[in-house]
Amino acid sequence: MSQLIWNGLFVGSFYALVALGYSMVYGIMKLLNFAHGDIYMLGAFTGFAILGAVGGISPGMALPVLLGVLVVTMAVTGLSGVLIERVAYRPLRNAPRLSLLITAVGASFALEYGMRAGAGADPQVYPLRLGGTAVEVLGARITLQQIALIIVAIVLMVGLNLLVTRTREGRAMRAIALDPRTSALMGISVNAVISRTFFLGSALAGAAGVMAGAYYGKIDFMMGFLIGLKAFTSAVIGGIGNIPGTMLGGLLLGLLESFGTYWLGGEWRDVFAFGVLILFLSVRPTGLLGERVTERV
Amino acid sequence: MTTRTKTRGQGTALGRAASRLFDSKWAGLAGLAVAALAPFLIATPYALSVMTSAAIFVMLASGLNIVVGFCGLLDLGYVAFFAVGAYTSGVLSTRFGLPLLMTVPAVIVVTVIAGIVIGAPTLRLRSDYLAIVTLGFGEIIRITANNLDVTGGPSGIYGIPGLSGSPVVFYYITVVIVSLAVIGASRLGRSRLGRAWRFVREDEDAAEAMGVHTYRVKLAAYIAGAVWGGLAGVLFAGQLSAISPGSFTFLQSALVLMAVVLGGMGSTPGVVVGAIVISLLPEVLRDFADYRFFAFGVLLIVVMLVRPQGLWPHRSREASS
Repeated sequence: MSQLIWNGLFVGSFYALVALGYSMVYGIMKLLNFAHGDIYMLGAFTGFAILGAVGGISPGMALPVLLGVLVVTMAVTGLSGVLIERVAYRPLRNAPRLSLLITAVGASFALEYGMRAGAGADPQVYPLRLGGTAVEVLGARITLQQIALIIVAIVLMVGLNLLVTRTREGRAMRAIALDPRTSALMGISVNAVISRTFFLGSALAGAAGVMAGAYYGKIDFMMGFLIGLKAFTSAVIGGIGNIPGTMLGGLLLGLLESFGTYWLGGEWRDVFAFGVLILFLSVRPTGLLGERVTERV
Repeated sequence: MTTRTKTRGQGTALGRAASRLFDSKWAGLAGLAVAALAPFLIATPYALSVMTSAAIFVMLASGLNIVVGFCGLLDLGYVAFFAVGAYTSGVLSTRFGLPLLMTVPAVIVVTVIAGIVIGAPTLRLRSDYLAIVTLGFGEIIRITANNLDVTGGPSGIYGIPGLSGSPVVFYYITVVIVSLAVIGASRLGRSRLGRAWRFVREDEDAAEAMGVHTYRVKLAAYIAGAVWGGLAGVLFAGQLSAISPGSFTFLQSALVLMAVVLGGMGSTPGVVVGAIVISLLPEVLRDFADYRFFAFGVLLIVVMLVRPQGLWPHRSREASS
């Protein structure tokens, strides 16, 4: 029982990290960034390439090296996110919403199959595994690596929340989410803030990608597809556009999945997750913490 | 859609002549004639199977065109209905020994139900939600087919009876059915319901204000698309006589969407040409298999940036008269 809860929370913290990028971008410009899951995949591969270039790492150094790789990868994926926004989304900001969704699908497709052409279709084995000793806590086996990863995830999420709620930058983001045109009139550089939002969201997804690679040990070019869907589900459960809600949604989805797998068997896990998504959309589309927004014409 | 009105006025005399040619009703008949004569030029089993697949792909694209092109709802899991149709007809024909045509009523019923199950909760929400829910639905159907015993698990169903023993006859039957489906979709697009769809696509709030029951209209588009996809699935099952979950991946959905977007959303001839191009391109570009899908992704972005109305755009009759 407590093992199930722990596993759920652990997987859920990955979902939450990826979902935050989804939720921020949606909150600020009402765009579903389908390429977001593929940024996560890009992060895993960037980490893989860096670790391959660094070479042999002694097991004792694994964690510090991983943290260094994490920072570099976050910069790389963040810039990729900015680039995608600049090339594929910005020129269409005033176009019909359908066009924007279609370019988002195109961006996702290009990233997936570009990576396949570059790195091959076969799964790659991550050069670095966090070997950890397990500790028993309330009957659940918890490894130190899981604790380390969860701490990194929590630090990133808390940092993001502080940034959005306490800084000038965050205030600008919230202003644009409310009304882009008025924000521009008030002297906020809308394009620059949107770029930085993409940077933050993509950096978080990249961090999650490296962590998933180091934890699960195997990466492939389609790994972002499912997690993109799950991250969206988390964002919807918590309330899309709402940062604490999204974190809560990620953890909740992780828990639901963990229990769903236990009851129904592993092969139904993804079906169960999407079932939850459809249920939430029909019962409470604004999510647990989301506010009811009326659409403006 | 400002881009559409802007480009209509421009263009050289040659371009206008070409577009008048494309707009004439003879384009469709000429296409049909090419499809009918193709087996006389080349009738190797390989060529026939490629052409039959292309025809089925045209049907899929014209079905998705109802949803995306006419009504402006992005469906990213369209292949799910294709799979539902193929599996329903496959299971009924192999388990109960029904001939393929007898499974069609059941296929229609099942795809309509599937359309309502997915459409009813999500069409009340913003259109972007529909996109991602359909993406998830596509995965659910594939995983479910993979896990259930009745669908044969990962190895799928085999031994599905075809419509006839000869691939040439099957090709012609497919061409006839697909032509009827394309014409049907196009007539539907010009009907009263079709005008309501376009109104919803252009401005949903205005449509609602003018008394269009937008939710019901959108659901109708979604269900029509589902039925088209399901019937294409029956043809697919009949052609290959074996189906497995591997045929119904997100890649397929994305390719159908690609065909619709490339050809021109809402434009029947454009979508037909787009579907033929997308389904024949892999045969031509076999050497570039690795970069093909990457190029498709980039092409989707480029089309949206440069020519969002597609290569062969829809011209509405109301505006041009």
